[in-house]
Amino acid sequence: MASANNRATAPGPNRSLARSRPRYGEAAVKVLLLAAALVSIATTLGIVAALLEPTIEFFSEVSLGEFFGSTSWGPLFSPPSFGVWPIIVATLEITLIAIIVAIPLGLAAAIYLSEYATPRVRKIFKPVLEVLAGIPTVVFGFFAFSFVTPLLQDILPFSLDPRNALSAGLLVGVMIIPIVASLSEDAMSAVPRSLREGSFALGASKMTTSVSVVLPAAFSGIVAAVILAISRAAGETMIVAIAAGFKSIFTFNPGSEMATMAAFIASAGSGDAPVGSIAYKTIFAVGSLLFIMTFAMNWFSARMVKKYREVYE
Amino acid sequence: MAILSTPRSQVDLVGKGRPLREHLFRIALLSSLAIALIFLALLLAYTLTEGWPRLDSRLWENFPSVRRPETAGVLSGITGTLWIIGLTALMALPTGVLAAIYLEEYADNTRWYNRLIELNIANLAAVPSIVYGILGLGIIARWLDFGFTVMTGAVTISLLVLPIVIISAREAIRAVPPSIREGSLALGATQWQTIYRQVLPASIPGIATGSILALSRAIGEAAPFLMLGAATLVRFNPDGVWSSFTVLPLQIYNLISQSREEFHILAAAAIVVLLAILLLMNSLAIWLRNRYQKRW
Repeated sequence: MASANNRATAPGPNRSLARSRPRYGEAAVKVLLLAAALVSIATTLGIVAALLEPTIEFFSEVSLGEFFGSTSWGPLFSPPSFGVWPIIVATLEITLIAIIVAIPLGLAAAIYLSEYATPRVRKIFKPVLEVLAGIPTVVFGFFAFSFVTPLLQDILPFSLDPRNALSAGLLVGVMIIPIVASLSEDAMSAVPRSLREGSFALGASKMTTSVSVVLPAAFSGIVAAVILAISRAAGETMIVAIAAGFKSIFTFNPGSEMATMAAFIASAGSGDAPVGSIAYKTIFAVGSLLFIMTFAMNWFSARMVKKYREVYE
Repeated sequence: MAILSTPRSQVDLVGKGRPLREHLFRIALLSSLAIALIFLALLLAYTLTEGWPRLDSRLWENFPSVRRPETAGVLSGITGTLWIIGLTALMALPTGVLAAIYLEEYADNTRWYNRLIELNIANLAAVPSIVYGILGLGIIARWLDFGFTVMTGAVTISLLVLPIVIISAREAIRAVPPSIREGSLALGATQWQTIYRQVLPASIPGIATGSILALSRAIGEAAPFLMLGAATLVRFNPDGVWSSFTVLPLQIYNLISQSREEFHILAAAAIVVLLAILLLMNSLAIWLRNRYQKRW
């Protein structure tokens, strides 16, 4: 008893709480884990490296003035033309149609799931959105081409090409509904209960509370969700390749066939453009443009998410 | 007592029952979800009825053909997809989980490089898949000289799903309460012992769910493979990682691009096979989540 007391009260000179010897295994594990995390950095560097050199070579042969200053796009034709606007316009137009579909439907779904649904109803509808998010885009493309387009040709008063921007845009819109819905719902669920209770205490109805209190409070998160969805829509390839086609015409008519930037990359990249030819370099130049556009949107979206998280956590 | 005799209309702030617009609003919200549900049902029903005549063994026993739709199949697409998914699981899942452990358990968030890694992963998750195709073409196929092989496809698609694996694994690891870790550390375990014996086992169901969803994303992906030479007619099964290949979604794309109606029916039948695989994986993931989700 006495000896035990002694040991406890008078530690020897070497009994410090710091670790007695270095643990090399622990350090090695940490290095391995860090290396795994750095793969993501390497991926970004790889993308930039893949894009940069051919893009620089492309712009040494084609001037920026021609690229951004003319409206005729046909890098694979002879003589080739490099006015990028037709594919930019097509990308923006299909993205616009998509977002007109996805914002109201996605936001309504998010408000319902976050403010109205009982846990049981959520358990039914959340998987529906998840399944929708998991459907391959090539399937959406098939559906747009062989079901939606013939249907629209029957019911719309104006004429529609077999491949057209309208049905591609509609289906891209359906594809991004789950993104808008789930990210907006996250943002609305993060709004503190006290705000809703304050609103109810003032006599506001559920609708007024949802629209005038929760929605504005979650606004930056919703904006982030929408920007991310726009970025997904702009980069979508298979739906537009199948349903909107590969013809680059400078037009705003949604009933017409039009190639987006991603569709151009897909068609030129799947063909056999010889390495080093100007057609091959064009793939990378358009790829750079698409990457910069989506990267800017993703970065802005990430900033918005961070901002709203800081407010409520 | 004068207060009690105040006319009822002045006390009644809300009014009896809900006004009509409240009901209409609720119905509008619910119908937007119903639209998504109906769309999904329509898509499945249409594809199934369209593809039904060709949904038989010819589909998975024969190789593709551009001339004879009656005997054409998608066998090389199915085996190619299996090769790609197997290799992707081997490469992307361990790397993703290790990276997630680093970010959740070791990374000091005040360091700039850790914040950079995080921001970078969020960005990568939203990079269009066709851009990954360019990465595969420019760096993996040409610069590393892997050529248009199964390996190139698998590495490319691994890099594509890596951010998804990392993000979902991080969520699963974060859900393990700190008290578990503190208990283990207090008993004298090292940090890695704590992670390996306490945190990882507790977060395995969540990691598995996220991994399955990431792999199902890889199965359905077609755009990057367009850039990797997988769009050509492949009439053989890959015999190794250095063999050329095609995948099921690209076979479907090829079939839709044909002008003859018979090939579109074949495409619908192949889509049914693809969707059946994906729905199976999705329901497995949802079941795993509901079955093993722990409330700490």
